[in-house]
Amino acid sequence: MEAFTRLTSVAVPLPRPNIDTDQIIPARFLSRPREVDHGEFLFHDARRRPETGEQDPEFPLNREVFGAARIIVAGRNFACGSSRESAVWALFDAGFRCAIAPSFGDIFRTNGMKNGLLPVVLPAEAVAALTAQVEAAPEAEVTVDLRALEVTFPDGSVHGFEVDPFARHCLLEGLDEIGLTLSLEDEIAAFERRYGRENTR
Amino acid sequence: MSEAPRTMFEKIWDRHRVLEREDGQTLLYVDRHLVHEGGAAAFAALRRRGLAPRAPDRIFTVPDHYAPTDSRRLDDIRDPRHREMIEQLAQNSKEHGIRHFGLGGPEQGIVHVIGPELGLSQPGMLIVCGDSHTSTHGALGALAFGIGSSEVAHVLATQTLWQRKPKTMRITVDGRLGEGVSAKDVILAIIARISAAGATGHVIEYAGSAITSLSMEGRLTLCNMSIEAGGRAGMVAPDEATFAYLAGRAYAPEDWEAALARWRALPSDPGAVFDAEVTLDGGAIEPMVTWGNSPEEALPIGGTVPGPEAAADAERRETMARTLDYMGLAPGMALEGLAVDRVFIGSCTNSRIEDLRAAAAVARGRRVAESVEAWVVPGSEAVKRQAEAEGLHEVFRGAGFDWREPGCSMCVGMNGDIARPGSRVASTSNRNFMGRQGPGARTHLVSPAMAAAAAVAGHFTDVRRLLAGGG
Repeated sequence: MEAFTRLTSVAVPLPRPNIDTDQIIPARFLSRPREVDHGEFLFHDARRRPETGEQDPEFPLNREVFGAARIIVAGRNFACGSSRESAVWALFDAGFRCAIAPSFGDIFRTNGMKNGLLPVVLPAEAVAALTAQVEAAPEAEVTVDLRALEVTFPDGSVHGFEVDPFARHCLLEGLDEIGLTLSLEDEIAAFERRYGRENTR
Repeated sequence: MSEAPRTMFEKIWDRHRVLEREDGQTLLYVDRHLVHEGGAAAFAALRRRGLAPRAPDRIFTVPDHYAPTDSRRLDDIRDPRHREMIEQLAQNSKEHGIRHFGLGGPEQGIVHVIGPELGLSQPGMLIVCGDSHTSTHGALGALAFGIGSSEVAHVLATQTLWQRKPKTMRITVDGRLGEGVSAKDVILAIIARISAAGATGHVIEYAGSAITSLSMEGRLTLCNMSIEAGGRAGMVAPDEATFAYLAGRAYAPEDWEAALARWRALPSDPGAVFDAEVTLDGGAIEPMVTWGNSPEEALPIGGTVPGPEAAADAERRETMARTLDYMGLAPGMALEGLAVDRVFIGSCTNSRIEDLRAAAAVARGRRVAESVEAWVVPGSEAVKRQAEAEGLHEVFRGAGFDWREPGCSMCVGMNGDIARPGSRVASTSNRNFMGRQGPGARTHLVSPAMAAAAAVAGHFTDVRRLLAGGG
């Protein structure tokens, strides 16, 4: 996993509630292996005009000024719904490393932490203020610091956030958990001996 | 000294704790790992690391998302990617000695239908699957939740999962459900009340007389959509109905009496404290229809489409305007009478035998409206066999429904079963998201009886009137 420590970037605002993972990556693109670049599937239908299939210039991710954005600022319950990890892959492959929202779908939040995409929960008022700032000055930069657990808005205000300490450690170091858990073989084997055949059949 | 009262969730959590770190992260042991075609990336990740599944006898695989519903033959699948997804799952299962319920076999079906049906899902178990609707299995008194692909790989490799203890929420629905009101209407009413993020970070326990009087099929429908309220999982305490349902199933415990003794100790202790409590009056719940692109946007059938002025703030006004535009609706329109183009009865939410019986009761002796294309997709081969033994397929076919083969089908459209842009679908599935049933498709979530009523009427209508003998 790619480590995340600190990031300064322009941020693209997408202030809609309940953006689900079906919108982030439609189901018909889910049969691709991880090696495939999923960036082109990101908001595939949402960013196009339904009548013509052409890119909708109004959709925030299509605006040139946000082309280099590595942070997405979204509405409440961002990435709810399906557990598809390719929603994270699509954001990651399109260059995103952080999503800021008042709340996230639980599964997406976990998937993000395990794939180098940091989900940051800030109070709704703070997210609304950040959205207003980046809409007013799209070229303004936002800094997200995972060590300090702080987001610095374009206006200089600093906002603390919380992340699970264990997941934070893994993301800071770029560790994946499988190796770590495998080192706990003795504990797992001891549990299995205690547990016996319970719930096997 | 007596122990502090614990919730059912806490009992299951404690039982599966391998170890707990100082920071609160807990390594949990997984009893059952269910895998569908989406597991491909996780198997690939395992292979890259040279690892094999730790406990193949705790893993069960089945193709459902890409399963064709017009055939049982792999060769008939037109898209080579779809075929490959099904083949890969069979291949990975074979390679690792995992029990696979293959396409065309007698056990195949939607993973959340066959788990309970085969008796794989049992009270007190910790069950995971790389699918958000894994919450379904909580209906049996299990702790069951969906995980992402990285976590699937982790469970394959270690049979464990790192979790931080979620909060608990008890949703109590008392009273007696009215005629024509089903578990689907109950869960839609709950989500409309608490919102699509109302249970985020929580495990829900459903309680109350309206819940305990539900059949197992109804409880499965209820728990299935816990994720649509943001819930990590949903569960119902096991009782005599649960035990009767499981008795004699293919994978029911060999030592039945020992299992019963364990299961009877599972329900939350009197005085156990939940982090949040919600109560609803079951008697006041009516047949529901969603009008928007989030399951929280649901109203009783007698309702009218709200207008942007009803929205709390500018952001929501903008969102609602976009929703109404997508759905082809205008403020003030009555839901009843809204014409439908397609009807889909199926999905892990509503494709079990009781669902098909409820739909057939409405369809019997009636005809699907000329303008409507209506499908029934049974949840599993076993459901299909049972329905055919009861003659339900003849009822559906006689009424003009298409009787199809088991799979996820139009709930998610991954196998190509989608609706045309702009078409309006009465669907018994779980998500009315934009594009969920195909780009531009307009999904309205309803119960099986309400879907059948829409099929025969050609528009949404109050099923209670049809049940009362009206036209």
